[in-house]
Amino acid sequence: MDLSTILILSQDAFTSGAIYALLSLALILVFGVTRVVFIPQGEFVSYGALTLASLQLGVVPGTVWLLLILACLAAIMETVRLLLSGAVRKLPRSLAVILGPPLMIAVLVKVCAPMHLALGWQILLTMLLVMPMGPLIYRVAFRPLADASALVLLIAAVAVHFVLVGLGLLFFGAEGVRTPPFSDAQLTLAGLNISGQSLWVYASSFVFIGLLAWFFSKTLYGKALRAVAFNRNGARLVGISPDQAGTLSFALASIIGCLSGVLIGPITTIYYDSGFLIGLKGFVGAIFGGMASYPLAAAGAMMVGFSESFSSFWLSGYKDVVVFTMIIPVLLWRSLSTIHYEEEE
Amino acid sequence: MIRRIGLILFLLLLLIVPLLPSYYLTMGSYIGLYSMVAIGLVLLTGVTGLTSFGQAAFMGLGAYTSAVLTTQLAWSPWLTLLVALALTMLVAFILGAITLRMGGHYLPLATIAWGISLYFLFGTIPLLGGSTGISDVQALNLFGLELRDERLFYYLIWAVCLVALWISTNLLDSREGRAIRALKGGVTMVEAFGASGLRLKNIVFIYSAVLACLAGWLYAHMQRFVNPSPFGLNQGIELLFMIIIGGPFSFWGAISGAAVITLLKTFLQGILPKLIGQSGNFEIIVFGIIIVAVLQWMRGGIWTLVERLLPPKENRPVTDSSDLEMRTQPRHGTLLLKVDDMSKAYGGLMAVKNMSFEVSSGEIVGLIGPNGAGKSTMFNLISGEIPRSGGSVQFESHIISGLHPSQIARLGLSRTFQHVRLIPGMTTLENVMIGAYLRTHDGIFQAGLRMNKAADERVRAEAAHQLRRVGLEESMFLPAGSLPLGKQRIVEIARALCADPLLLLLDEPAAGLRHLEKKELAVLLSDLRSSGLSVLIVEHDMEFLMNLVDRFVVMEFGEKLAEGLPHEIRSNPAVLEAYLGGV
Repeated sequence: MDLSTILILSQDAFTSGAIYALLSLALILVFGVTRVVFIPQGEFVSYGALTLASLQLGVVPGTVWLLLILACLAAIMETVRLLLSGAVRKLPRSLAVILGPPLMIAVLVKVCAPMHLALGWQILLTMLLVMPMGPLIYRVAFRPLADASALVLLIAAVAVHFVLVGLGLLFFGAEGVRTPPFSDAQLTLAGLNISGQSLWVYASSFVFIGLLAWFFSKTLYGKALRAVAFNRNGARLVGISPDQAGTLSFALASIIGCLSGVLIGPITTIYYDSGFLIGLKGFVGAIFGGMASYPLAAAGAMMVGFSESFSSFWLSGYKDVVVFTMIIPVLLWRSLSTIHYEEEE
Repeated sequence: MIRRIGLILFLLLLLIVPLLPSYYLTMGSYIGLYSMVAIGLVLLTGVTGLTSFGQAAFMGLGAYTSAVLTTQLAWSPWLTLLVALALTMLVAFILGAITLRMGGHYLPLATIAWGISLYFLFGTIPLLGGSTGISDVQALNLFGLELRDERLFYYLIWAVCLVALWISTNLLDSREGRAIRALKGGVTMVEAFGASGLRLKNIVFIYSAVLACLAGWLYAHMQRFVNPSPFGLNQGIELLFMIIIGGPFSFWGAISGAAVITLLKTFLQGILPKLIGQSGNFEIIVFGIIIVAVLQWMRGGIWTLVERLLPPKENRPVTDSSDLEMRTQPRHGTLLLKVDDMSKAYGGLMAVKNMSFEVSSGEIVGLIGPNGAGKSTMFNLISGEIPRSGGSVQFESHIISGLHPSQIARLGLSRTFQHVRLIPGMTTLENVMIGAYLRTHDGIFQAGLRMNKAADERVRAEAAHQLRRVGLEESMFLPAGSLPLGKQRIVEIARALCADPLLLLLDEPAAGLRHLEKKELAVLLSDLRSSGLSVLIVEHDMEFLMNLVDRFVVMEFGEKLAEGLPHEIRSNPAVLEAYLGGV
């Protein structure tokens, strides 16, 4: 293996590592705030890429129907819950909150889809479509389970993963897509060609992580999220609503997932179920950070990127085996290096 | 009676399925295989509070090991079964040893990763046939009879499944099983009675993996063909969904869940693609929605609905005499516990500072002090629950500071908990039986095969005896969670007594008790003293202790403030100031 191969592989590693880092941040955020091990995180990646692909063809993306179906499911479950608890008076308001925004977004996309807008607008529409899914999923699946054990939440997360993958197949079909790159520019640096898309990935991840850091350290909502992650009951006592914090963290999770999908779409072919494995690789990073430390998780995600890129060179067929087996030494390291406290159900 | 009739009907149903068309027979075989795996998952998830998405991968390990070794090396399937089981146990042991020390979500995440890795390996390694798989796997040969007939194989599967059900049921009703059932509330309690929580969790995980491996091995020889797809992560998730729908707290829930999911899947796979006009496994949408709904509204699964219709289980009578070996209590007045210069620092805060005191055999010592004085920290330092910063504790001739709580329990210290740690769903009697964990020695195998009956009866009798001693005989068969808090505290004492201790450590036993209950507790404790037992009580209720204890040790701000006889303490100005405030 010569230097230029190493440089090319490293470039790939950084590109995918940056995406995994974004995802691992979302996973840690959701876990910290809601205790949900959010297995379906990767589905937003697929949805993001597939939606953008449809918009580029000028077709109304399946995500519109998906969003409406999720909103209807949420509405049905909310109605049943309110009827059972006898709080019928709250029904109109709840339904308006659940159904209103998705309907408006769906209409907007339906109108705009055939217009072949510029890429920036298409990305914006994509984000608008995918973003409300996180809070909807939280409302339907996880909020009613807020007092359940972490184990129950995990099983619910896996159930949601099933639903989202199934719906993905239903609305996008089994065909894979590859979106055109954001720019065709090639940057030549010391004999190494860096593709414009890679630069987009680096820059976007960098900017987005910076935005997140600003959000968590400077804004009131960001600080509230950190407070909930640090101590749920304490945060509740000072007037932070865990429900709102949960909704916000799920909204961020869907934004981050969608952005990752938009960024990765031109690099690799995305199918309705590709996001799952991509999300799980983010998990390996998150586990490296003990599901708590953002910088460690980002480092872990980079490590995943590197082991994936280099193992695809040496052992192409075993790329995923290598990445997922890597979780064992990572867990061993964590198990030996941290002090463990008793968890109770 | 109704339960027995139900069981007979179930067995009859199993017997007549082979008379139906072969479609039902195949379904029946699959349900049997999945039930086996689901039984292991009930133990793991519903009983122990852990979970795994990798059970299908363990099935795959069993199936592929046997398929490769029988086709490539022409080994007998019975030999490959042993190899497959050994391999499974090794993998499960490694996964468990790495993840079980950490939080509960690491094991499932590790099983997801391992499930995916193994699935890709099955599909990539040429020796394993790649995605086309391995065909012409040997048929099983049982007593010279070749099991090529689907009917015979059906009976074999269900025979194995029923044996697994019997063993698992036996296991839960044993010394180790009761400790396993207590794990969901955390390991602290069982470790205080001498069990190792980590070891038990690992045993349960390995056991559930073994059941899955067994099912996979049977699958390979039933189909006589293996390929990667039935052992992927989705299958692992569906196996877990079986027990969620059926009921994660009961083995019968596992079997009903296996039946429901298997039948529903076949039905949906037939109807959904036609409805949608597109092929694909759309049943996962329905499964996902059902699971979320079940978790939100019916966490006990379908089986709770059936259980509600059945009459309660009958209580086996308890034999009168308990003849478990007892420790001889040391001679009255000999030094039993010596706390020497113990300290505990939390960062810069000294919760306990240079504490020294002694407890002699046959006396009741009260460790008192105002709130926040460090009494409970001192207590936990003695019981080994928290590590010390300095000093030592000697019990009889052993230095116990630095030992694990389960080792300390072995030497004859027995404790209660300030926040009651009973298992609410178990009967009071069973809760008390946990106390006797170290007094019998029947292991997992004896328990599974019901060879522990005699020893277990003796433990039962002993637990009943202790409940009688504390005056709770009539609550013996009630779920411990249904008792009022005051009585639960007394059950904690009975459980501690069931360990046959030399020294009883009580952590605020009178908290939340009413006046009359406190009086009864005082009578009970002085009776225990008359029988030669020594007691150390942490308490802040002076009045309760004043006429009971032989000596007081008073703490304030982590340090010893005073020590002496009750009447000395009552008139000690420093103690008065600490309790009543300066003038």
